[in-house]
Amino acid sequence: MEHLFSLFVRSIFVDNMIFAFFLGMCSYLAVSKTVKTALGLGVAVTFVLMITVPVDYLLQTRVLGPDCLVEGVDLSFLSFILFIAVIAGIVQLVEMIVERFSPSLYAALGIFLPLIAVNCAIMGASLFMQQRIGMEPGSSQFIGNVGDALVYALGSGIGWLLAIVALAAIREKMAYTDVPKPLQGLGITFITVGLMAMAFMCFSGLNI
Amino acid sequence: MNTNNNTYTVVYASVMVVIVAFLLAFVSSALKPTQEQNVALDKKKQILAALNIRNLDNADSIEARYNAVVQADQVVSADGTIVKDGASKENDGFRVANKDITADCLPVYVCEVDGETKYVVPMTGRGLWGGLWGYMAVNADLQTIYGAYISHESETAGLGALIAEESFQQKFCGKHLFADTDSTQVALTVVKNGKVELGKENWQVDGITGATLTSVGVANMVTQGLQQYMGYFQSVK
Amino acid sequence: MSLFSKENREALIGPLHLNNPVTVQVLGICSALAVTSQLEPAIVMGLSVTVITAFANVIISLLRKTVPNRIRIIVQLVVVATLVTLVSQVLKAYAYDVSVQLSVYVGLIITNCILMGRLEAFAMMNGPWESFLDGVGSGLGYAWVLVAVGFVRELLGSGTLLGLRVIPESIYAENGGFYVNNGMMTMPAMALILCGCLIWASRALTKEQK
Repeated sequence: MEHLFSLFVRSIFVDNMIFAFFLGMCSYLAVSKTVKTALGLGVAVTFVLMITVPVDYLLQTRVLGPDCLVEGVDLSFLSFILFIAVIAGIVQLVEMIVERFSPSLYAALGIFLPLIAVNCAIMGASLFMQQRIGMEPGSSQFIGNVGDALVYALGSGIGWLLAIVALAAIREKMAYTDVPKPLQGLGITFITVGLMAMAFMCFSGLNI
Repeated sequence: MNTNNNTYTVVYASVMVVIVAFLLAFVSSALKPTQEQNVALDKKKQILAALNIRNLDNADSIEARYNAVVQADQVVSADGTIVKDGASKENDGFRVANKDITADCLPVYVCEVDGETKYVVPMTGRGLWGGLWGYMAVNADLQTIYGAYISHESETAGLGALIAEESFQQKFCGKHLFADTDSTQVALTVVKNGKVELGKENWQVDGITGATLTSVGVANMVTQGLQQYMGYFQSVK
Repeated sequence: MSLFSKENREALIGPLHLNNPVTVQVLGICSALAVTSQLEPAIVMGLSVTVITAFANVIISLLRKTVPNRIRIIVQLVVVATLVTLVSQVLKAYAYDVSVQLSVYVGLIITNCILMGRLEAFAMMNGPWESFLDGVGSGLGYAWVLVAVGFVRELLGSGTLLGLRVIPESIYAENGGFYVNNGMMTMPAMALILCGCLIWASRALTKEQK
């Protein structure tokens, strides 16, 4: 329980997908103009993360790892291809299911779902998960079972959601400020994100 | 040709998957020996660095020095019994990954530098951001440190990351393991920069300014890492 | 048609400046920032992306008439993922130190939007040679931004370039001089701010030319 909690808090604040690893930047910058759409994308990312990371965890430990399928065979060279296939497939599946059972949610998330397949945060979470399986069990970043993987996915998703909503809120206000012409739009957004990342660095002292 | 009919799509996808799978399997098995060699070489380089043999860059010189210096890669247990004698130099203790180190499975590299025996032991710990690991070389008297090598996953560059610099690791050389010679409790530690106490210089190492948490991580790693080997050191003595 | 006709030159040179994937189109920033705390990984990352973009473009361009429309995206992903796996295996075998530094970011080239963007927008409609040039151009456009950011961060953050000391030891404060490394430069946050400044400079210059 204690481990799950520290894994969760760590993945939101300390190992934040945006501020510590810059993952999912493309859609982060593109879809952070208003709080409402930012929230939509954030929820969609969290949702997809929570399905793909545990599935990829099972794949990694049951199929790809050394000696999993056949004694002496290490299939980990297939991990990139399988992970991206799982992500693309699940995004497609989620899109169809949501469309069938909850048209209102589909209307809200619909346009973001296809974007997510190429969001680095999703792939990144799976690759980090793969790396963390190899860590020592005492570490607060260790992922040792499906539950850990799920909590890690939830934490990373919420961290991403928090980051994008915060940036969108700042950008809404920033529309009224007088920024030098060539710096407007993208340039100032980058610098804002940099300053936010600096603020998030203070969480690194959290000893959990 | 109609590229949109079902049979074509399915056949296309299957052919693609088969080609890709074979290509990747072939390349991966062709490169695997080189990759494994790289990993082993990196480990040897770290062990040699703990013995103050640094700046070897080509593979042959690392292999040659490792084979000349390391006499055995034993596996011992916490009470000091030798589980594997490690005569082959890289099949016993060398094969133990850092995360598999337990009380019953402690690797020790028995080395010989300039005719003197040194014992190199691995250590692992946690810094501020991620894992720390390293090797500590202990002199034959089992009282003093001969050399140290420390590395880290992701400590703050310019601050905590300085632990990976030779200048910091040199500070361990000649330090004492214990506060007094009869003790079995490791006293060697890292303290806050500039806070080395008078009369305790023998076993306190000056930490890094602005990287207190990393220094604490190193201190814990060194103290706990070496403590595990007390049984072995007692039995060798 | 000559090998370097006007359109082809455009495809190669355009992305380097006027149509730069990072500073103008804002693609592929995800991995652009994380690997730039030193120059060497930045160069390796830039080259890897260039090679992968170029070859993925050629392969997709050769296949473009045979690919079933419905699984188009999947085919592109598989081609990219295969190339990325190959590059990562080669790096592990021949440039082990750098591959350790790049860690998961090699794998993340797969989701680099530059790749999918060029495949979908260019390679699906053009011949192999044009696609190759376009790929090299886009890759290099990405690479120079990485190298520029990596150069500044390593120089100011640790006083070295490619691991070699540039700022002499003697002027450092601990040796009686006045100089101290800017530790801030090595933090992730500075990559973003530097990139912002680069975009600023690049846009200001572009406007002057017009």
